[in-house]
Amino acid sequence: MNPSPSSIEHAPKTMTSTLMICEQCDTVYRRRPLARGDVARCLRCHAVLERHQRIGLNTMFALVLTVMVVFVQANVWPIITLGFNGKQIHTTLWGIIMMMWQEHSQVVAVLAAGTLFFFPLCKMLLLGWLLAYGRLGRRAPGFERWMVILHYIAPWTMSEVFVLGVLVSIVKAHLYFDVTPDAGAFAYAVLALLITVFSGIDLRQLWDKIPEVAP
Amino acid sequence: MSALPRAHDLGLIGCHICGLVCRDTHVEDAACPRCGGTLHRRKPGSIARTWALLIAAFLLYLPANVLPIMRTVSLGDVDDNTILTGVIELWVKGSPDLAVIVFTASIVVPMMKFLVLGTLLLSVHRGTNWARTQRAKLYRLVEFIGYWSMLDVFVVSLLTALVQFGFFSQVEPLPGVVYFGLTVVLTMLASMSFDPRMIWDCKDEDE
Repeated sequence: MNPSPSSIEHAPKTMTSTLMICEQCDTVYRRRPLARGDVARCLRCHAVLERHQRIGLNTMFALVLTVMVVFVQANVWPIITLGFNGKQIHTTLWGIIMMMWQEHSQVVAVLAAGTLFFFPLCKMLLLGWLLAYGRLGRRAPGFERWMVILHYIAPWTMSEVFVLGVLVSIVKAHLYFDVTPDAGAFAYAVLALLITVFSGIDLRQLWDKIPEVAP
Repeated sequence: MSALPRAHDLGLIGCHICGLVCRDTHVEDAACPRCGGTLHRRKPGSIARTWALLIAAFLLYLPANVLPIMRTVSLGDVDDNTILTGVIELWVKGSPDLAVIVFTASIVVPMMKFLVLGTLLLSVHRGTNWARTQRAKLYRLVEFIGYWSMLDVFVVSLLTALVQFGFFSQVEPLPGVVYFGLTVVLTMLASMSFDPRMIWDCKDEDE
């Protein structure tokens, strides 16, 4: 006789805080408190198990707000301006996406819109929503669902690749034209820096740091 | 039991979505009590799925390299660029360092993904103990650098939007870039569907 799924409801809760399992090789470890700068690595496969998270929920919330401001700027301002025979062309992210759509590369337009606009936007808004409640010690409405969605969209945000793309495009276009990076390019550079700060943050910690309130 | 117990030995199962450690109840499709995701000991159908995505990615990778990705028109002079000629142009005309970056992102990284994932799949299939730590490291590397291949797709998009002077000068995307973008997406999906835990699932002889 199989126990029903509901019977596992209570079993794991006591284990959550004490045990962890390596994502890469399934080795089980007992959790230990980490000091500042510590990184726990798996003895079997050497993957990172856990890093000391020194950025608290409030700081994280502030970071997300900063990212939102910079993201708006990066999308509103032109990224690169190109001059040729006295004519000037400004490019924004959405200008690029529209142009690829018109030039019969709809697939590329959709990829760019997803990885550079919609997924980063969703990630920011979701994190903002979860943290706005989380810093008050509460789980936001729909917490579980949003956390799962966040897990799935995280690998598909590519703003930092785009920054490198801007750099390469400037160099390439510079061979023939007069090119100047615009405010948008700098906003993207700042965005890349903020993303680097964020990459050290394990978002799964929100499950533990924002406790479920007893019903 | 070895000094490093694995989840299966202890009757545990780690949620792939939220990381929660749960007791393995051997119920099919049990849900994680924390996030509601389905609990699996290993990613379901991992080997078949990864093979399918990898082969599809490789099939698209051929036209992505052979077909031109970008057309530059300058005073009626038409020039079609493939990924490789784009790199060479960058190298010859001014910035070898960027050429190296583009070469790495658009040629080395995708090729490495095919080789590494192919090797991982074959070795997991044969259940070999060979170089497990290194193979695990290679997998993590591929996971980490995979999406940087999108670089060339963004460069073509940016140049297309920038250079629009009709007869004098124009840049147009060509089908190669579409194939290349799809290759990157498929290889990312392939590396996501591979389950690195399988590397360690063979019998231990050396421990």
